[in-house]
Amino acid sequence: MSAICAVSTPLAEGAISVIRISGGSALTVAAKVFKPAGGKSVADMAGYTCAYGYVVDGEGARVDDAVLTVFRAPHSYTGEDVAEISCHGGLYVTKKILRLCCENGAKPAERGEFTKLAFINGKLSLTQAEAVMDVISAQGELTLHSANLARGGELFRRIDGIKSGLIKLLGELSAWVDYPEEELPEVEDAAMAQTLSDSAAQIKRLLAVYNNGMLLRQGVPAVIVGRPNVGKSTLMNLLLGYGRAIVTDIAGTTRDIIEESVRLGDVTLRLSDTAGIRETEDEVEKIGVELARRRLDESALIIAVFDGSSQPAAEDTELISALAERAARGGRVIALINKSDKGVQSEWRGALGEFESAENGAVFEISAKSGEGRELLERRICEMFSAAGDDSDIFVNERQKYCLERALENLQAALGAQQIGVTLDAVTISIGEAAAALSELTGERITETVVDEVFSKFCVGK
Amino acid sequence: MQTDNNYIAKFDIAVVGAGHAGCEAAFAAARLGLKTALFTISLDAVANMPCNPSIGGTAKGHLVREIDALGGEMGKAADATFLQSRILNRGKGPAVHSLRVQSDRVKYHAYMKSAVEHTENLYLKQDEITDILTDGGKICGVRSKLGSNYAAKAVIIAGGTYLKGKVFVGGVSYESGPDSTLPANLLSNSLTELGVELRRFKTGTPCRIHRRSIDFSKLEKQDGDEEITPFSFENHEKLENKISCYIGYTNAETHKVILENIHRSAMYSGKIEGVGPRYCPSIEDKVKRFSDKPRHQLFIEPMGLDTEECYVQGMSSSLPEEVQLKFMRTIKGLEHVEIMRNAYAIEYDCCDPTQLLPTLEFKNIANLYGAGQFNGTSGYEEAAAQGLVAGINAALKIKGEPPMVLDRASSYIGTLIDDLVTKGCQDPYRMLTSRSEYRLLLRQDNADLRLTETGHRVGLISDERYARLLEKKRLIEQETERIKHVNIAPTAEINSYLESQGTERLSTGIKLSQLIKRPELSYDGLAPFDKERPELPKEVREQAELNVKYEGYIAIQQQQVQAMRKLEKKALPADTDYTKVRGLRLEAAEKLNKIRPLSVGQASRISGVNPADVNVLLIWLSAYGKNEKDNGETNG
Repeated sequence: MSAICAVSTPLAEGAISVIRISGGSALTVAAKVFKPAGGKSVADMAGYTCAYGYVVDGEGARVDDAVLTVFRAPHSYTGEDVAEISCHGGLYVTKKILRLCCENGAKPAERGEFTKLAFINGKLSLTQAEAVMDVISAQGELTLHSANLARGGELFRRIDGIKSGLIKLLGELSAWVDYPEEELPEVEDAAMAQTLSDSAAQIKRLLAVYNNGMLLRQGVPAVIVGRPNVGKSTLMNLLLGYGRAIVTDIAGTTRDIIEESVRLGDVTLRLSDTAGIRETEDEVEKIGVELARRRLDESALIIAVFDGSSQPAAEDTELISALAERAARGGRVIALINKSDKGVQSEWRGALGEFESAENGAVFEISAKSGEGRELLERRICEMFSAAGDDSDIFVNERQKYCLERALENLQAALGAQQIGVTLDAVTISIGEAAAALSELTGERITETVVDEVFSKFCVGK
Repeated sequence: MQTDNNYIAKFDIAVVGAGHAGCEAAFAAARLGLKTALFTISLDAVANMPCNPSIGGTAKGHLVREIDALGGEMGKAADATFLQSRILNRGKGPAVHSLRVQSDRVKYHAYMKSAVEHTENLYLKQDEITDILTDGGKICGVRSKLGSNYAAKAVIIAGGTYLKGKVFVGGVSYESGPDSTLPANLLSNSLTELGVELRRFKTGTPCRIHRRSIDFSKLEKQDGDEEITPFSFENHEKLENKISCYIGYTNAETHKVILENIHRSAMYSGKIEGVGPRYCPSIEDKVKRFSDKPRHQLFIEPMGLDTEECYVQGMSSSLPEEVQLKFMRTIKGLEHVEIMRNAYAIEYDCCDPTQLLPTLEFKNIANLYGAGQFNGTSGYEEAAAQGLVAGINAALKIKGEPPMVLDRASSYIGTLIDDLVTKGCQDPYRMLTSRSEYRLLLRQDNADLRLTETGHRVGLISDERYARLLEKKRLIEQETERIKHVNIAPTAEINSYLESQGTERLSTGIKLSQLIKRPELSYDGLAPFDKERPELPKEVREQAELNVKYEGYIAIQQQQVQAMRKLEKKALPADTDYTKVRGLRLEAAEKLNKIRPLSVGQASRISGVNPADVNVLLIWLSAYGKNEKDNGETNG
């Protein structure tokens, strides 16, 4: 059983967005991401009924409150089981829910796929159907056209590069298997592992570009953290106050976190101020703190604020080591030693030293109150996020990302299998799958390519 | 065409050509109860091996096992007449293990001829067929060169390289069939008149040399396997090797002689218009295209026990005889070589296989079938596989039963035929393991599990054999299940064994199947720790082990198969004019009109049909309400 999913409303800021899931496992997927408020189970919902509830992430945390509408096959648009999640219209939340659906087993739908399904399942009239055919064939042309365009493009070039490496490897493996008596060079374990891990690394880079691109288009989720009263809200106001354009107010995932958008140079920050991070006994505050922690995990940039005028507290040290660890894993972190106007205690430099040396980290002294140091901070943020550089023209969409992820998964499986000594006929299956996933992006058929490779590269035959 | 009703004899099915394709076709048709004639230009050339005296090899070995699993003859003949047997690719994984034998060429021919002669309903006749007879556009028989007419409801063309065969040796060329037989010069015209599109392909063979002229001390010896696996699943005899093969190498001097004379090669002088096989290049091709290789390997293979002739695999050529002798004598061990038959290239008529249905019947000519080299393939095994399929389908059609169509996930045979009828071929087609996307499922060791049921349903497999298969299946399933439930405790014994095998010790208990999954360990090796293990035949133990060891990969491949079969089930009406299908691109419509695929799955594999076109087809199909119709008898 499978399901496909997509955002069915226009992908823009609006009051409400609808994520549609269709297929045999649509309700299973929906049950994983949506929890009805009444404690009812999604599986028990009848067709044409709605439930109010919450979209939850993998750890059960609420992402948004939403309404789920269930359609049972064949009484739905596509004729299959369909679940529609109506959520608040924020781009970030909508995308996040879509991603949750994908993580829980739905595949991103192709353009027009719902309509196609509707058609196949006999849900459209002949006239409607013919109209759809026209659209799909036009889309075919469009894809062809954009594929032609993409051919010279950066993404095509890169994927093609990775794919050629894999096809060469597959060609070697095939020749080695199909012509055991020819004097063909052995496929060296080390060289093969090298090709596989190089390809995996390149795909990872492309996926990172995708994430960067998403950040650029949808704003960088950033969070300001720190102990109470270190000046977080002042900093937020400072950035908002001087921000050249406030893009929009996005209702946050909870009312406990205020999210504002601010444009710094090319970069839009989606900034949230969190409840102070500290251990608390108060139930209500506990939830707020927990949310803040979660928000921390989801953000692409953490701005940690410290009170430079006082000595580092135990909680500060804890926060610093948590941030350093995050920075070491590639997370972007900026530490601000605030209240520079009051003079900075010498201990701070030492306390932040470990973290400053991390690749994606930065440490600034600032006075949120006077605004001193703001420009430096702004410039650094722009550097961090507009640094797409050569990759800026790479266009990666959700579907392409899915293909890349599939390729990566298979490469990692192949590497793992090779390492533990699984026979190459089986390892080849994973390599083939990886190459097939990449071919899906460039529109080729893989087995023919490999056979051609064997004959063009090797001198084989009786 | 003028029809003459004075038939000299009446048959249900006439098979034209008694090579590897023709023999299998005739066996299948006759065994299915149809009165079958098998025509050959020479009774002495029945099931001849005009090229290498060998059956099987990579992917080809799979084909032979599959032929056997379906009830064909080739595996039995190969087992009965082999000289040396080896499993190639040992150590590269079970999916690519390939069985190959060196055969006694004359004995193989004699075995097959005798088997044909002893088959009920089968009539072997030496006669050159020159015409396909039709009555009101329907196939009704064949006519021979001697003017005799034979009635037949279906005709299978398995003409091999005989059709307008032309041999080339340097500047010399003459009309000939393979191995100096007579060519079939007249049938091509009759086929063309019927509307069959013909083209020219080319292939070649190396020289045969006299054993006494070889210095074996300068060559590497190659022996067969100690324990021999037979081709036929029904063969449980103890088999033994009878000969050794030898390996030699070309050298710089060989290459120099070839390059100095390359303009005299028939292939390079432009005399040959036919397209040669990529997989089987002549030595001049290899030397020219891969000039950086300092040497090329060659194999010396005895042609039989009662002859001194040896085949020189790897040295196919169309250079003049004197040049052949000269370059052969540059090879270490062959300094005084005596050539008994020279190498030659042969050009012949064959059809474009996209004119065929997956049953191997011509789309536009009902009851006319093609098989073997005539369909653009190369190799005895590829030929035999098609012969079997054509023979079965011709018989089923006459009996009014649904056809047998093997899909890509069922077999290499299905893959071969799907490739041929869907994509066609630009050069003689050779089976390769890389052509199958479901390699891990289509192993040579499980061909019976995949196909014998189909063979039984069709009628070529006896009830007894089928019952044996079902019992084997049951035992395999039972044992696979059992080892998933056997617990292995972390004892000192098992841990010292695991260490000795170079794999991790156990700290907690584990299922036996988990241990078998480890590449370092085997089912048989773990026997001492599996106290309750039942006595089981080797082939059952082997299948249970593979089921467990490759469980994850098998599951992945089965998912791929399911996805593929979904589209395969969407049948496309045969009479569709795709130019009338709204939304299809012109190129796709033209391709579809030419290939006329049976299913959307087949359509999706046609080059020039893109995913958007496939969507259009699906939609169009549902609009016509025909997606309910199942696609006939797809097996697997």
